[in-house]
Amino acid sequence: MEQVIGRLLQAGVVLASIVVILGATLLLVRHGAEAAAFSVFRGGSSHLRSVSAAIIGAVHGDPGAIVQLGLVLLIATPVARVALTLAAFAAQRDRLYVVMTAVVLTLLLIGLFS
Amino acid sequence: MSLALFALLVAVGSFSAGLLGAVTGLGGGIVVVPMLTVLFHVDIRYAIGASLVSVIATSSGAASAFVREGYTNVRIGIFLEVATTVGALVGAALAHVVPTSALAILFGLVLLYSAYRSLRGDSATAEVPPPDPLGEKLRLNGSYPDPPGRVPYVVHRVRMGFGVMLFAGMLSALLGIGSGVVKVLAMDRAMRLPFKVSTTTSNFMIGVTAAASAGVYLHRGYIDPSVAFPVMLGVLAGAVLGARLLASADVVWLRRVFTAVVCVLAVEMLYKGLTGGV
Repeated sequence: MEQVIGRLLQAGVVLASIVVILGATLLLVRHGAEAAAFSVFRGGSSHLRSVSAAIIGAVHGDPGAIVQLGLVLLIATPVARVALTLAAFAAQRDRLYVVMTAVVLTLLLIGLFS
Repeated sequence: MSLALFALLVAVGSFSAGLLGAVTGLGGGIVVVPMLTVLFHVDIRYAIGASLVSVIATSSGAASAFVREGYTNVRIGIFLEVATTVGALVGAALAHVVPTSALAILFGLVLLYSAYRSLRGDSATAEVPPPDPLGEKLRLNGSYPDPPGRVPYVVHRVRMGFGVMLFAGMLSALLGIGSGVVKVLAMDRAMRLPFKVSTTTSNFMIGVTAAASAGVYLHRGYIDPSVAFPVMLGVLAGAVLGARLLASADVVWLRRVFTAVVCVLAVEMLYKGLTGGV
């Protein structure tokens, strides 16, 4: 189980990094010379506040949305890890740890979709 | 400052943070948020969002190596994640109503406390509590590689460890950090796990704890791609290198370096919070 978990974490991080690097490169090419202004919080009006917005923006080639999509993939990696651990404990018929892992997975999904 | 220069400088700083975070098992976030707010004058909410994302990268990047080397105790990780994810959801709900100056002060206090415990960690190892029967019942006891063989260990004070983890999860969501400091404390001090087992298991759990509140931060607009990408890539590169160094690293010396950095950042964060500079 340890081997598979290790590989999954690695694959998730590598995939997310590739998407982020791609988006970041486009972002810097197009907007690199603009002033960096992050001292005032404008996040409430950001158009990249959901998974679907990141996907739609990325499809249209918006560099910020491509970065955001990579970040969403990164956030999904530990969730996938917990799901995989759940399957592994189920295969071992380890009831106690199936329950514990299911609780963790449920809490994660509540956090992501509430 | 142009966006390109900002990205370059933030990436270099984040690389150092990731290296230190992975080797000490404390996560890069604890250094990233003060760095962004104090040095780069980034709004603390953007800093928290970027840090949270980097924390997931640190954890997953380093953990992928540790898990395969056999230091990580997956059962202890899952058991304690129940506590950290509950705590994280509570923290994410609280974060909405806490003013940013209060967050800065809380951050400063967490940093100071980390430094204090880190210093004490070098000397006091006197009383060892008896093994906890709950550890046997939950099959948390394990062993770690120490060539030529494996060294077995038992866990202590399971309930106390679980309780501290609830708090760790809450702090993680509130401040956008992995709370590795508190996680290592719970496993190192309360549960008396061997240092490399507690640091690597902590690293393993940090990503899950951070992911529990990451969705909430995304919806609130805390995660700005331009701030997050140099932080994430820098921290990740540092963490990967840190994972390579761990097996041969001098733990006592690293703790001292960590303590010095943390003290400086604690003073800066407290000053910012108290003077309303956040």
